[in-house]
Amino acid sequence: MDKTRKKELEILALKARMGIIEGVYNAKSGHPGGSLSCVDTLTYIYFNEINVDTKNPKWEGRDRFVLSKGHCAPALYSVLALKGFFPIEELKSLRKVGAMLQGHPDMKGTPGVDMSTGSLGQGISAACGMALSAKLSNKDYKVFAMLGDGEIQEGQVWEATMMAAHYKLDNLVAVVDNNGLQIDGRIDEVMSPNPITDKFAAFGWHVISIDAHNFDEIEAAFNEAKTVTGKPTVIVQKSFKGKGVSYMHDNVAWHGNAPSEEQYHIAMAELNEALEKVQAE
Amino acid sequence: MSDKKIATRDSYGAALVELAQEDENIVVLDADLAAATKTGMFKKAFPERFIDCGIAEANMLGVAAGLATTGKKVFASSFAMFAAGRAFEIIRNSIGYPHLKVNICATHAGISVGEDGATHQCNEDIALMRTIPGMTIINPSDDVETKACMKALLSYDGPAYVRLGRLAVPVINDHEDYNFEIGKGIELVSGNDITIVATGLMVAEALKAAETLKQDGINARVINIHTIKPLDKEIILKAAKETGVIVTAEEHNIIGGLGSAVSEVVCENSPIPVLKVGVNDVFGMSGPAVELLVKYGLTADNIVATCKKALTMK
Repeated sequence: MDKTRKKELEILALKARMGIIEGVYNAKSGHPGGSLSCVDTLTYIYFNEINVDTKNPKWEGRDRFVLSKGHCAPALYSVLALKGFFPIEELKSLRKVGAMLQGHPDMKGTPGVDMSTGSLGQGISAACGMALSAKLSNKDYKVFAMLGDGEIQEGQVWEATMMAAHYKLDNLVAVVDNNGLQIDGRIDEVMSPNPITDKFAAFGWHVISIDAHNFDEIEAAFNEAKTVTGKPTVIVQKSFKGKGVSYMHDNVAWHGNAPSEEQYHIAMAELNEALEKVQAE
Repeated sequence: MSDKKIATRDSYGAALVELAQEDENIVVLDADLAAATKTGMFKKAFPERFIDCGIAEANMLGVAAGLATTGKKVFASSFAMFAAGRAFEIIRNSIGYPHLKVNICATHAGISVGEDGATHQCNEDIALMRTIPGMTIINPSDDVETKACMKALLSYDGPAYVRLGRLAVPVINDHEDYNFEIGKGIELVSGNDITIVATGLMVAEALKAAETLKQDGINARVINIHTIKPLDKEIILKAAKETGVIVTAEEHNIIGGLGSAVSEVVCENSPIPVLKVGVNDVFGMSGPAVELLVKYGLTADNIVATCKKALTMK
């Protein structure tokens, strides 16, 4: 990846991380851990990959994105705000009564949200429906979906996975955010979905494995997905829950907790420091 | 009432084929039951717009939601038990919450599924669907009504659950002044002694019951409620005021279905006795459909008996 572009994406991803902390801190609830683990890829998708129009969020020809792991809405909201779908100030109203930003994505209320999600395992089915619709109508838009690694314990995910391969949905790219943690602990201790890559391959998908926090690898994966025909692609990304905030890093306690005032300031200071460092490079 | 009998699932399959000739946005989904739900008729006529989702109802309804976000007019079918029952939460969250235009057309509803027995006889679907905000529920009484509701749904915006049956039922709406409107009940027989509010295949039984009652000098009003939600409050309250007592009739558990819906409206606005004919909070069993309808009291005779009891409470 071009150095300037990479720097731009790193800056955007750090700003998105700050937006996540801002939102969850102000809401006094929410899911920072998994939001921080998937936000680099969301940033890449929205600033490098997806064809959308912020002035016309419902434009029919747009690419679609479905956050199947809907509890990581703070990451999506943060990236959508940076992209320009709504003012960044809105992030502070997350989860408040009457706010545009609901606890989980609401396609009726938030510009740029393509599907209401939150109940795990359901977004990927909707993404299949969107991709299937493009095939039925000979349209060339693409559909992206982000799943959690704990989420794929839901049986519906494998119903959808089977269908996507059966109907040769090569316009669908799913990402599995493999941070290895779910509410009750490590995924391989709660209910192991491993080996994840083998399972998707067995279901007939093209599988790519990457480091979720490396933009070179993210770019290579999405470029490779474009060359795949006749089958859907899954990018299984090794990520870290809470990535970017020292005390949240790989720590299951931060699946669904909001930082205290002191913790909020520590997180923002760390992210600010990282931002200044990247900007100075 | 003519002698002709047609199962509403057959009317559904035929209507799909007819409507799809005019509207290329129609897409039909099924979960490996195309022969039974009669979407097979559509599959044969428009294979490129028919999506078999396999035995995976939860995914099918999620896929239906995704298709609807792109402007497709989606009809998704399975047996009522596996659509409303198994996929309830997907219907609630992926279709109901975003208020997507998905028509869930569930066949094999009620006890009249017959020999397959309790696991397949869904007497809970109306109750389940009623609790989803914004969900429209239509329970057609015959061939004419099924086709009329399908046509109306094409230009209706929002999620709808259509309840269809396996058993051939009499055609009762084949007359010129029949007019279908979502959310509007139809007064089929006038009368001021008592009102029978019926839905689905029980409408034909209600008509028979009214004739029997008439022989005993009781003038029963018969109302066909094809749309259970939104319920036509006006026609119900008018009947409550004018006849003073109501008997409901449905092929569904007496808890949570038409009887409950009518009771709720009446209790809050014009309290009078409301007695319910329906499956009396029990699981069904295997047997020929017609025999099961008799066993569980879903007959004109039981409506008559219930009306006579209700009249003593007036």
